[in-house]
Amino acid sequence: MNDALIFNIQKFSVHDGPGIRTTVFLKGCPLRCLWCHNPESQDINKEILYDNKKCVLCGKCKEVCPTDAITIEDGKLTTDKDKCNYCGECVIYCMYGAREVVGRRYSVDEVMKEVMKDKIFYDQSNGGVTLSGGEPLIQIEFVEELLRKLKEEKVHTAIDTSGAVSFEILERAAKYTDLFLYDLKLIDDDKHKEYIGASNKDIIDNLVKLSKIHSNINVRMPIIGNINDNIAHIEKTIELLKELNIKKVNLLPYHSIAKHKYEKLGLVYEDEKMIVPSETKMNYLKEIFKKNGYIVKIGG
Amino acid sequence: MRGYTERTKILRQESVTTQPSVSLERALLETEFYQKNYGNIEIPVLRALNFKNLMEKRKLYIGEHELIVGEKSEGPQVVPTFPELCAHTVEDMTVMDSRTYISFKVNDKDKEVQAEKIIPYWKGKSTRDKILESMTPEWKDCYAAGMFTEFMEQRAPGHTVADGKIYQKGFLDFKKEIEEEIDKLDFLNDKDAYDKKAQLEGMAISCDAIMIYGQRYAAYARELAEKEKNPQRKEELLWIADNCDVVPANKPETFAQALQMYWFVHIGTTTELNTWDAFSPGKIDQYLHPFYKNEVADGSMNYDKARELLECFWIKFNNQPAPPKVGITLKESATYTDFANINTGGIDPITGENGVNEVSYIILDTMDEMKLLQPSSNVQVSEKNPDDFVKRAVEISRKGWGQPAFYNTEELIQELLNAGKTLEDARYGGSSGCVETGCHGREAYVLTGYLNVPKIFEITINNGFDHYTNKKIGLETGNPEDFKSYDELKEAFFKQLEYFINVKIEGNNVIEKIFEKYMPSTFMSVITNGCKESGKDYNAGGAKYNTRYIQVVGIGTITDCLAAIKYNVFEQNRFSMKEMLAAIDANFVGHEMTRNLVLNHTSKYGNDDDYADDIMLDVFTNVRDRIKGRKAVCGGIYQIDMLPTTCHVYFGSVMTASANGRLAHKPVTDGISPEKGADTNGPTAVIKSCAKMDHTSTGGTLLNQKFAPSSIAGEEGLVNVSSLIRAYFNMKGHHIQFNVIDRDVLLDAQKNPDEYKDLIVRVAGYSDHFNNLEKALQDEIIDRTEQAFN
Repeated sequence: MNDALIFNIQKFSVHDGPGIRTTVFLKGCPLRCLWCHNPESQDINKEILYDNKKCVLCGKCKEVCPTDAITIEDGKLTTDKDKCNYCGECVIYCMYGAREVVGRRYSVDEVMKEVMKDKIFYDQSNGGVTLSGGEPLIQIEFVEELLRKLKEEKVHTAIDTSGAVSFEILERAAKYTDLFLYDLKLIDDDKHKEYIGASNKDIIDNLVKLSKIHSNINVRMPIIGNINDNIAHIEKTIELLKELNIKKVNLLPYHSIAKHKYEKLGLVYEDEKMIVPSETKMNYLKEIFKKNGYIVKIGG
Repeated sequence: MRGYTERTKILRQESVTTQPSVSLERALLETEFYQKNYGNIEIPVLRALNFKNLMEKRKLYIGEHELIVGEKSEGPQVVPTFPELCAHTVEDMTVMDSRTYISFKVNDKDKEVQAEKIIPYWKGKSTRDKILESMTPEWKDCYAAGMFTEFMEQRAPGHTVADGKIYQKGFLDFKKEIEEEIDKLDFLNDKDAYDKKAQLEGMAISCDAIMIYGQRYAAYARELAEKEKNPQRKEELLWIADNCDVVPANKPETFAQALQMYWFVHIGTTTELNTWDAFSPGKIDQYLHPFYKNEVADGSMNYDKARELLECFWIKFNNQPAPPKVGITLKESATYTDFANINTGGIDPITGENGVNEVSYIILDTMDEMKLLQPSSNVQVSEKNPDDFVKRAVEISRKGWGQPAFYNTEELIQELLNAGKTLEDARYGGSSGCVETGCHGREAYVLTGYLNVPKIFEITINNGFDHYTNKKIGLETGNPEDFKSYDELKEAFFKQLEYFINVKIEGNNVIEKIFEKYMPSTFMSVITNGCKESGKDYNAGGAKYNTRYIQVVGIGTITDCLAAIKYNVFEQNRFSMKEMLAAIDANFVGHEMTRNLVLNHTSKYGNDDDYADDIMLDVFTNVRDRIKGRKAVCGGIYQIDMLPTTCHVYFGSVMTASANGRLAHKPVTDGISPEKGADTNGPTAVIKSCAKMDHTSTGGTLLNQKFAPSSIAGEEGLVNVSSLIRAYFNMKGHHIQFNVIDRDVLLDAQKNPDEYKDLIVRVAGYSDHFNNLEKALQDEIIDRTEQAFN
């Protein structure tokens, strides 16, 4: 059966493409952006989010766990990832809301059933369904079939992609995708490697190639103070985009509200390296794009 | 200061800053009149002569800058009392004078008058006394326990709305029609001819009464003009006098006279009796448009003039707080708002085509500028209406004070057709009060009281016992611990439901007869189709259509309670019924795990999840079918509404904890909204869940949605909210309204009320000042799930 690991199906999503939409968030991402707002989306496997601030170490989770994956020692609770089967019993029986399973496997039909519930709103608002992540395209078999079924039902489709996949995969998806939301983070490859953990060469190549076969691409740029909010970077980005058939740009200001999620995942969040860009700064950057003839929006 | 012109700025300011107070003028005139005349005259004639006496003798008021004249009492924010319905005790008056919320000043001298003249005469004679004397012990037990409320306990039936006839005919015309009906009476063959004659005579006298009132205003305006030094004002006063020469005796000739005509009718209706929901102009953009068009064509009218007149008109509504309520009646409707409701947009009732016209847009601008509690300024949205009309209405609504609310024209019409009205009449359909549906100008649709459905379930799981009054008030349907299946539980619940509905309707039947006999509404009967022709009163089933509503409260709470037990006890065996009952008894103290399971890990209504929504449908259908279609004693049939006003707070306050994890004394759900915090899938899921019930088989449903302002900003926000409304209405939703205020702002307002005197929020089918709401209701509004657009 064609299924995928999904960590959220968000109804009434209005910042991921036009109109009222449902955004399907697929889990797993080849990149590790320093500022990632959804760190729970990165790993391709299910995970347990654990909030030690809420946990009172009552031991109920340990008691109900069918695989004995939980231990409490020296005032510290740990979950053995090898033993845990992510059944979710511990989540149900935690009265303090300290535990959460991230990721659930869905078949294409299950997702279709869920997203088609809001068809009436898509039709009314010229909205539709957006696939996001993580990087949705790494589960291309699933994505392709889902997109094809959505098009059969005449639903507008959008993909929010990092571009960090092979072009062949983008091509397969493009057939059934009405709108690409294509993330462009850093033009300088050294910085890209430093902050994202991979080269941007394929990402940029893919964007160039995609713009030749697809006419509806919005570029999304996260703006992170200290990292990519300088004029030189913006100018380089515009230089690149000028060669391409792209008219719309979204500037997404960095925010630090994901911090608690890193803690719950047991990951380190290097927020000291990043600054939340000011409104003035965002407007200034917006103006630069506007002067160059782009339709720009701050936010999704 | 708000106001399109200097004049409306001043008038509005006066309206919003004057402390409401009580006047005994009406009570005294009426008591003296009754002392002289009661027993000598047929009741309908007596009531009409009493009305005429009031209209002849009461003081007149023309405010310094007013263009539309007439007040319910001696001036803005002064209210009359209605001792024939409810003769307040001196203690009642002390309470209303000193209470923090919804207070009315009563001076000591008036309290003396009340004690010496008013109370002694009306004791045992007021309808309130008559009602309380006539009710059975079972009814009284239920009433004390908060199983239901009773609308006619302190006020009179009403709830109805004007149609277009008062703009095409004057009261001279109506009187002539009445006299023709008297001439037609057949004393040889019609056993009721004598009663009909008394009724029709009463109606004719009521026409005289309102015409005398108009003439008095014309004379008074001239008298003031005589003394007026300012030439401009002098001219205005003479213009007012000229208008009052024409209306209400004759049909209005101008836009201004049309407004003055309605206003005289409004004052007449609400002086005659203390009608619930005052009285409403309904589809007034439709009725005003021909006047506007003609006058614009001849150069005597323009946007500015129409706008100023409409603002003056708006302020007149706001000048009339609902007369003071006390006790349970105050709890079910804790507001100054008297629910006069304006339906802008929708369709032209004559052609059935798009009804949005220039006046509709001027009304939207007026409500935006005025930002007043009254009138409840609402819009009807038809699929035939242009998008820019809906967007303009959304633009006002998202400012956060709850107006306008949105009503679905096509669904309203379908409701009325389903209830047996002709298409021609159904096109006059609209809402009044909060969301109640009726055919304007041709239907008596009377709300009779709220029904506490979650509490019926509470009584069921207590085998008939009520913890609030410490008494057995329900049936013995068995110890729930012995129930072997969910179906057994449900069956017991439906038995109790049947029982409490029966007790309520039995009481209604008696109350209806009391009003038929003692409190005919002869003036309202003049302007309601059917009463003249049948020679019967509005309160006696004389209208062309007659509907009695019971308002069902708490569908969200009851659904989640049943889902909690079905899923956790009977299907998953997570815990026993015994544990469920013990947890409820203990208000979940010491049973936190049980609460966690029912609250956080059970399907809830409002998420487009069929598990809970199917239970909602089962309850909805069973409640509806036990009420809908029953015959009312004065003719007509019963129907349900799904609306709460403020009753969900009162109903919650008389309850223990609930199976869904709701704690003791906390509010139950409002309207058809989900339980607070239960709707975690966003507004589209809420709307889908709500649309699963058949709205067209009810007389109206109410849905609250709260948004954070940032989530619906910009042009895209307007389009998305408009789409949300259109989609809900395509699914035959009846009504939706929005609160758009940050939670933080509300919390701050609660702490610093003085800094938020202007803060208006949507409560139920109306808006109110946040400061006027009691703490529990404030909390409740803060807790309504805020739907963020992600």
